[in-house]
Amino acid sequence: MFLARPLFRLVPDDTNIPFMKGRKIGIAFSIFLSIASVILAFYPGLEKGIDFRGGIVMEVRTPGPANLGALRDATSGLGLGDVGLQQFGSDNDVLLRLPVQGDEAATQNAISSVRSALESAAPGTRILRTEAVGNRVSGELFTGSLMALGISMLAMMVYIWARFEWQFAVGAIVTLLLEITKVVGFLAVTRIEFNLTTVAAVLTIIGFSVNDKVVVYDRMRENLRKYKTMPLQTLIDKSINETLNRTLGTSMTLLLSALPLALFGGDALSGFAITMVFGIVASTSSSIFIAAPILLFLGENRLRRGTEAAAAPATASR
Amino acid sequence: MLYFARWKVAAILGVILLGVLLTLPNLFPRASIPSWLPARQISLGLDLRGGSYLLLEVDTAAVVKERLESLADATRTRLRQANIGYVNLAIQPDERRLSFRLRDPGQSEAALAALRELANPVAIGGGATAPDIDLAVTPEGVVSATISEAALRARASAAVEQSVEIVRRRIDESGTSEALIARQGNSRILVQLPGVEDPNRIKELLGRTARMTFRLLDENANPSAGTPPPGVEFLEGEQPGQRYAVRRRVEVDGANLSDARTGQNPQTGEWVVNFTFDSLGTRRFAEITRQNVGRPFAVVLDNKVITAPVIREPITGGSGQISGSFNAASANDLAVLLRAGALPAPLTVVEERTVGPELGADAIRAGLLSLAVGATFVFLYMGLAYGLLGWFANVALLVNLLLMAAALSVLEATLTLPGIAGVVLTLGTALDANILINERIREETRLGKPPASALEAGFTKASGTIMDSNLTNLIAMACLYGFGSGPVRGFAITVAIGTVVQMWTATTLVRLFVSWWYRARRPRTLPV
Repeated sequence: MFLARPLFRLVPDDTNIPFMKGRKIGIAFSIFLSIASVILAFYPGLEKGIDFRGGIVMEVRTPGPANLGALRDATSGLGLGDVGLQQFGSDNDVLLRLPVQGDEAATQNAISSVRSALESAAPGTRILRTEAVGNRVSGELFTGSLMALGISMLAMMVYIWARFEWQFAVGAIVTLLLEITKVVGFLAVTRIEFNLTTVAAVLTIIGFSVNDKVVVYDRMRENLRKYKTMPLQTLIDKSINETLNRTLGTSMTLLLSALPLALFGGDALSGFAITMVFGIVASTSSSIFIAAPILLFLGENRLRRGTEAAAAPATASR
Repeated sequence: MLYFARWKVAAILGVILLGVLLTLPNLFPRASIPSWLPARQISLGLDLRGGSYLLLEVDTAAVVKERLESLADATRTRLRQANIGYVNLAIQPDERRLSFRLRDPGQSEAALAALRELANPVAIGGGATAPDIDLAVTPEGVVSATISEAALRARASAAVEQSVEIVRRRIDESGTSEALIARQGNSRILVQLPGVEDPNRIKELLGRTARMTFRLLDENANPSAGTPPPGVEFLEGEQPGQRYAVRRRVEVDGANLSDARTGQNPQTGEWVVNFTFDSLGTRRFAEITRQNVGRPFAVVLDNKVITAPVIREPITGGSGQISGSFNAASANDLAVLLRAGALPAPLTVVEERTVGPELGADAIRAGLLSLAVGATFVFLYMGLAYGLLGWFANVALLVNLLLMAAALSVLEATLTLPGIAGVVLTLGTALDANILINERIREETRLGKPPASALEAGFTKASGTIMDSNLTNLIAMACLYGFGSGPVRGFAITVAIGTVVQMWTATTLVRLFVSWWYRARRPRTLPV
């Protein structure tokens, strides 16, 4: 039964990488990337999907190879604004995008006029998918999503604050902000649509990332109690190294499950999955290089005092 | 705790058996399951099976406007009856207000008294009621009546409730099956139509308020004049250019219809709609027709005169016929609308998502393929990196998938494409607990602990961390569920269920496997 024994380990035992030595470069690099991301998010800006921008998206299948020129002529004469046409998948499939119309009723009228225009330009065309979001709904979905992101960050901070000392909460939330901004920058660079599904990906990353940090922090807290005199820098390095196999292992399983979604999940899921993959990589590296090292800046003395008070009763009872 | 009491083992196996039983109904088509079985199934979301999702908004401003208009009519009559002179009577729908100026400011008390009688009571909670309008008068004699905040809310809410009911009836009448109609938020109605590829017909049915009224024409007024005389309005007819001077007063309302069916005129072959009044409508209609023989009356539908025949003789039978320029489909639509009743306010589609069945099938295929590939990757990684304990975790993961399916069935949850993505991602996150445990066991072993205590320490010491780290996932999913909409909620549900289930499978179930294995083999060293 050779399978009964582990065949490999991601990180050999007794690894002791002095992560803390590179903390300044690491954090500076991370801040630089995040600032660049924030700039990218405004210029050129995010590619907002129909959920957040409103408008109409239609996926149509023409009976023969689609004649984009004819379809464009038929639809752009309707006075509905800029009609975007794009071939995707097979030769017969075309994606139509229309900007948001004046009001909801106009949006509905636009759908029917596009339908009939397509029918006369390419008889037998079938509409496989229609999505129409009015500007009020898209506004609400956008604010709702931002609220979900904001509240989840707050909830995470409160949770960690309740379970650990406040320094950990601050460390986690700063790291989280650095990560999320990078994901946003990633969306801006890759032109992946920013829509409800990508927000779901970002929220999943938040959950996963805090989970990652909690494990490292948990080990730090344990070590703070165990080695009362060890310098914080060494202690943090030790904690990171001890949990390295777990951190990388969990990221690996998550990555292995997200990759197939990116490869085979189709158009609807690929944006989601690619965002997830990037988020996993970003959050794993920041768990190692940012989250724990950031604690060093918050002061060794204060952190120790907090834990000694908490640990004192335990020692006394022993 | 490598020892499991016999009842505990039985309970664990019982849970798995229950999971199998609850998941089984999903393998059979719903129709083939006998109705006495309490079987529940996972239903597929519209993005997977194809169908149409419509979010409608009730135009509550129209409800306010209508109330103000009827208030204005009633006010005119009252003031005239009470001999109170007024000028500039106007409504401002945006401010929910009606106002006029008295010719003689000394009559303000009398005017207020007249208006007070026009107020309708609204419930303001706690069983108490209050008038729906707030009255005010300035020293210069400007009287205003404002619809109160409470009345606005009550009216809007009643209009939405009623609209939900009418929408349901119209969709049922149109022959669409399995439609799901629900109120959403303050003024919205969610309509889900599985299998409907082209929602146009439904949208047309819902796009009309279908308020039918029977009113008299004013024969003295000239329809081509600029402004109509008081109490009269000019309405267009079916043919372009037709205009009628119709009295505002509604003699009989479409709400008093008991039935409406399509028919064909035997002589001309023309399509008609035959209707029957209920007893109140019959009585009113008989009375009106008796008093107005020889005069024209109008059938008005949504502010358009469908037909305006002259009453030849009193109609006492309580039934009638509407003939216009109908074809089979439009006559049928009108009959459906009349049977279902009028909407209290216009509806607008504010969001529409329609997916054809092919795309749905493609999405299911893509989701299943990702699931299969993801599972293979994850299983291989776990088994190769952690050996025996990894394979145990893999078996637990299979049970996890089974229990997830069972939980989704019991909740009769809707599986969407993001939901499938959630299941696939759960594969990755579910193993986290086992990785934590395995790493811990390994550490304890390296510290020189014998197998039994290393195993035990691994499970107990990791449990706190597992709890902490999983709660963060649940918090994130709760936020997503709270603010997300539609398919994304499906993602939050599957991930949350997966997280809860894996906390159990990864710890309890794997521990049971380990204890069986340990007691069977009594190993000297652990394969970690």
